[in-house]
Amino acid sequence: MDISSSNTTAPAPPPVDREPVAPASKAAARGATRPGDRIFLGFSRGSGIALLVIMAAIALFLAYRTTLALADNTGNFLTTFEWDPAGVSTGGKPYFGIAVLVFGTVVSSVIALAIAVPVAIGIALFISHYAPRKLASPIAYVIDLLAAVPSIVYGLWGALVVAPSLTGLYSWLDDYFGWTGIFEYEGGAPRSLMTVGILLAIMILPIITNVSREVFLQVPKMHEEAALALGATRWEVIRMSVLPFGRSGIISASMLGLGRALGETIAVATVLSPNFLINASVLDYGGGTFAQNIASKFNEASEYGQDALIASGLVLFLITLLVNGAARLIIARRKEYSGANA
Amino acid sequence: MSTTTPTPPRTPVKRPATLKAASLPRWSPLAVAAGSVAVAVGIGAAAGLESRIQWGLIAALLFIVGSYVLAATVEGTRQAKDRLATSLVWVMFLLAVVPLASLIYETVQRGAKVFDGYFLTHSMGVVADEETGGGIYHALIGTLEQVLLASVIAVPVGLLTAIYLVEYGRGKLSKVITFFVDVMTGIPSIVAGLFVLSFWILILGFDYSGWAGAMALAILMMPVIVRSTEEMLKLVPNELREASLALGVPKWRTILKVVLPTAIGGITTGVMLSVARIAGETAPVLLLVWVNPLINTNPFDGSQASLPLYVYQQYAAGTDASYDRAWAAALALIGFIMILNLAARGVARWKAPKTGR
Amino acid sequence: MAKRIDVSGLTAFYGSHKAIDDISMTVEPRSVTAFIGPSGCGKSTFLRTLNRMHEVTPGGRVEGKVLLDDEDLYGSGVDPVAVRRTIGMVFQRPNPFPTMSIFDNVAAGLKLNGSYKKSELNDVVEKSLKGANLWNEVKDRLNKPGSGLSGGQQQRLCIARAIAVEPQVLLMDEPCSALDPISTLAIEDLIGELKERFTIVIVTHNMQQAARVSDRTAFFNLAAVGQPGKLVEIDETERIFSNPSVQATEDYISGRFG
Repeated sequence: MDISSSNTTAPAPPPVDREPVAPASKAAARGATRPGDRIFLGFSRGSGIALLVIMAAIALFLAYRTTLALADNTGNFLTTFEWDPAGVSTGGKPYFGIAVLVFGTVVSSVIALAIAVPVAIGIALFISHYAPRKLASPIAYVIDLLAAVPSIVYGLWGALVVAPSLTGLYSWLDDYFGWTGIFEYEGGAPRSLMTVGILLAIMILPIITNVSREVFLQVPKMHEEAALALGATRWEVIRMSVLPFGRSGIISASMLGLGRALGETIAVATVLSPNFLINASVLDYGGGTFAQNIASKFNEASEYGQDALIASGLVLFLITLLVNGAARLIIARRKEYSGANA
Repeated sequence: MSTTTPTPPRTPVKRPATLKAASLPRWSPLAVAAGSVAVAVGIGAAAGLESRIQWGLIAALLFIVGSYVLAATVEGTRQAKDRLATSLVWVMFLLAVVPLASLIYETVQRGAKVFDGYFLTHSMGVVADEETGGGIYHALIGTLEQVLLASVIAVPVGLLTAIYLVEYGRGKLSKVITFFVDVMTGIPSIVAGLFVLSFWILILGFDYSGWAGAMALAILMMPVIVRSTEEMLKLVPNELREASLALGVPKWRTILKVVLPTAIGGITTGVMLSVARIAGETAPVLLLVWVNPLINTNPFDGSQASLPLYVYQQYAAGTDASYDRAWAAALALIGFIMILNLAARGVARWKAPKTGR
Repeated sequence: MAKRIDVSGLTAFYGSHKAIDDISMTVEPRSVTAFIGPSGCGKSTFLRTLNRMHEVTPGGRVEGKVLLDDEDLYGSGVDPVAVRRTIGMVFQRPNPFPTMSIFDNVAAGLKLNGSYKKSELNDVVEKSLKGANLWNEVKDRLNKPGSGLSGGQQQRLCIARAIAVEPQVLLMDEPCSALDPISTLAIEDLIGELKERFTIVIVTHNMQQAARVSDRTAFFNLAAVGQPGKLVEIDETERIFSNPSVQATEDYISGRFG
């Protein structure tokens, strides 16, 4: 009896509400929605709708300018290997396509994911299962710092510090793996897709780490104890209980990271020596990315040139929309999963 | 229960004969690590490898292989696999710390060269790329104004949307909004820039300006604010709302007077973190603000500068003097963002206990 | 197969908090020993010290000796993994591996401890599921996920998983508290059969259950909230429930507190 009554007692109204409530308004509040409520609801719902309108407007305006750009393009937008909207080499006829950009964007993002996903899973496991408990939260903070560094600073550091120190590694890769064709290196400043991939890997590390860590921490204790009680080592516990439980979380985390890598602009524009050709070797010059191409070509572009860049931006927008949407759907399907927003 | 079936033929289940197992001393991982570093330095120096990255990778590889082999010979393969996983996880962690340490070290060390009072209070008015001197005053003003304008647009929209989702949203509309807010957090910043470019500058025919950049930054800011505010509003206990409603306070006043003040600490933190995020954005500013080496305090008229853009510009100029300026500006930018981050965390801690203020 | 456990002067901590203080007792082989006592008296903590699961919880620490026949579980050079391999455990809530099939769940412990031929695995899985009285219910769907079974079936699956590696001792931490009466009965019958082969220790909140399944019963209590739990007495179950030697035990059993 005592217990039940103490449970239902409403907590005292918060002290914030200092204005006394007149008894008259009590009755009024029960009735139909007051004008104040309607206005407030209108504003907040309107804001939500405004967000949807912005999303739609982005797609529509980009699509409109894209149609203008494509109408005069004499090349095939999807398969052409050149970017010449001013028609310098064709006597004034615009000739451009995104083939090289697709190549460069995909290759650099794949390299970034290939490096970042294992490292991020390792760090997430380190924080959730390996690090001494006192160290876990400072380490998580360090990872957050990595996320807070602006991409232009990554670009500057990548171009002036990282790239010069990669020559040795690239020559070594060329010596031993050059025969594969992928790791041929002719020397020169290493500002290739590989370098971009390494830099992107560092940049997307925090988001993949944070989302995976959240999932690993949610593994029910009882699943881990089940494995422990069978005489499993720490690694076997992780293999039997943690990784299977966290698999969909790792996948969506990687896709969120992929979304970031695909759209990263200024760090890539700073590090990459763009070259409008496809080169099988990721260590040599060759390729560009959608976002980097927009940033690098924008200054010299005429209005038509800007439309051409907008056309490539629309493709980038659609790709990232697809990747992020898929990642969010996977997350939403896991009911146990509670908001990760890094 | 009635199944007293004869037990099937005995299969030999392997069992340990004793509970004791040979194990390496606790200091062995440290010893292996020290040994690996020493050997890697030896190899690096002997082979004349210039890149420190290679030295580090060799040390990491030696450490992983060394601890595996040692454990496999002394403790057996299962323990060795366990140690392999442990050493891999440690190496992964170090792999993440090294870049951060290097980035901060290089930025501070190279940036400190020209970072002084003069640098903070002068523009690039009459300074050519290869000349020393000049500063970031115009860029600071530009960044502050653009970020402020972006916040003025994004904060109300973001807050109201979050209030709608948490306090009113039940139907399909709120689900759609939630999904697109999530997707919107993943929009590349350059795309937001292209969008404002297409409708504000190309179609409506306005000029490049700080305001145009601020609009793109606002688009990037909104979903971040919605998500963080949403999380905070969900933390407000329902009893508070019910207590207020039961007193006859209308819902909108309940939200304004009870719910928001309770969550204000967390909301402020979220807003500050989103400001920190957009303050470092370069891509949209590059497309919309153009570059102005002179001081322009009016964000609505003509091109401006901004701090991240300044770094990009000075880097692109490619002279020694401009590299120095780029590093110094990067230092200022990182400092600005870190201060915002720390302040945001401070607010979060300061306002954390929500009971009784 | 089954071994005796000798505990002497065992004290367990969570960080600086002492959870149980100076417990000594002997658990006979091939018998069921039940731990009873009010909530928070440390009986589950004590159970977890018997296969070194206590030290898995952050801050968990143990002093004292636990001898399995003649080997000290906490002696130097003892591998906790080998301890847990030798002393199996069944938990309060059924916890089959959610992503594994019924077959893989039962075989999980074996696969950790060496390589077996497919036919050997089949034999062990069948034998363990029969031993857990589950074979007839699942033999046609061994490849379906274990999480699709009912609560009682899941708990018996967990018992099958624990006995598949043929441990010396089986620890059960309130194995029926999440189950309905019929499933509880099935598990209690099973415990009666398993004690022919294993030393069994069971923690239970249900005094009737302790009276039904156990040969010996230990009563734990704590002086006050925040004080460490202590062993009040351990004796033949019949004596504990008819004529205990300590007044507190009688008070607890007759429902005067707890």
